[in-house]
Amino acid sequence: MEVDILAALAALAPKLGGTGVEKAQRLTGGASMETWAFNLLGAGEPRPLILRRRAVPLDPETSRSASMAAEAALIQAAGHAGAPVAPLVRLCQPEDGLGEGHITGFVAGETLGRKIVADPRFDVVRPHLARQCGQILARIHTLPIGAANLTTADAQGELDRYEAIYRTSGAERPILELALQHLRRNLPPPMPNVVLHGDFRNGNMMFDPALGVVAVLDWELAHVGDPAEDLGWLCVNSWRFGRADRPVGGFGDYQDLLEGYIEAGGAEVPLSRVLFWQALGSLKWGIMCLMMYSSYATGATNSVERPMIGRRVSETEIDLVNLLEAGL
Amino acid sequence: MIEHPRADELIEAVAGWVESIRPQLNPRDAFLSRVAVNALNAVKRELSQGPAAEVAARSRLSTLLGMEADLGTLNAELCERLRRGEMDVATPGLLAALKAGIEDQIAIDQPTYVSVGRR
Repeated sequence: MEVDILAALAALAPKLGGTGVEKAQRLTGGASMETWAFNLLGAGEPRPLILRRRAVPLDPETSRSASMAAEAALIQAAGHAGAPVAPLVRLCQPEDGLGEGHITGFVAGETLGRKIVADPRFDVVRPHLARQCGQILARIHTLPIGAANLTTADAQGELDRYEAIYRTSGAERPILELALQHLRRNLPPPMPNVVLHGDFRNGNMMFDPALGVVAVLDWELAHVGDPAEDLGWLCVNSWRFGRADRPVGGFGDYQDLLEGYIEAGGAEVPLSRVLFWQALGSLKWGIMCLMMYSSYATGATNSVERPMIGRRVSETEIDLVNLLEAGL
Repeated sequence: MIEHPRADELIEAVAGWVESIRPQLNPRDAFLSRVAVNALNAVKRELSQGPAAEVAARSRLSTLLGMEADLGTLNAELCERLRRGEMDVATPGLLAALKAGIEDQIAIDQPTYVSVGRR
């Protein structure tokens, strides 16, 4: 479905409190989601806004993604709970002609993970980021489970789901087999479920050199589950951008993350539980890389990026072996 | 036998050309051109390091499993024993063999990758 974004945004301007729009440009080229930046014109200064819209209709049977309505509800609820978000301006309605999408305020900052871990501009704030991330996750995890229509997934369910994808790929990877076996035998004891961001990692946050995290982005994979899932995902080595020595996002330490989490009202989470979910995160990312390679091998996509991402499976495997060797 | 240009020289030539046109490319294609050069460099490393890595992997897995076969068969057998739960992290030599194999693989795929260390 081709949509004339510029015309639709111009027609929508009055409902956003403006008279027109300018400088609309597409920012990213995800396969299923589009992000557009534009300025809303009105009485005062032009107001920069962001449109996120689904380019391909959501298939609730196969997709893990939350609906844009659920995403919008979570962004609002998380903002009220004190987590930094880009404020919601409008959940797109059918008559807006933009399909499924939402419009938020624009938050200035840096999202590139390698800049956060290495750029001297972030030297001052970097030592505070792990604690801040713990605090933000604690606030997100206070949202009522019914805040939006979300799916629930526990460790067992995640292992089942990713093992099925791995088996379908036909790959024979001993380290992935061992990780599946070991994680299944060492499932953490039950803990009350919370609302999870689902993709809380360096790369999905907007950082300011003075303030640290100024917006948590990409709520698409939000679901309900184990609080340590979000904590562990942030520590997966694949998004430490070369700073394996700083386990939290390539910028901080486990202890600061977990202390920040408790300070802001989160439950006490043992490090072993975070490491379990970190290892499961590496396993999931490895299997996702295999799956993306498969979409090339079967001819579904032909970009040079897809086959090459298959060569990132080995990074997750070496991390898994090292984690297993260290006793997780 | 084909001697000149060698395969690695052809790869170098193509990678160099892709690098040279990058400044003219739009951001998306510039990004993909980086991925393309990474792919070419992985192929180059695989050509030089792959054969020795496979010989070492076969010998390692033969010792671990106590059987002689080609690498594909040994790898499939190892996976099967892990699925059946006959081997696990406590199996003597298993983690060391897996680690040696994956170190050879990462040296081809991403030699600059820094893995998690001991805590």
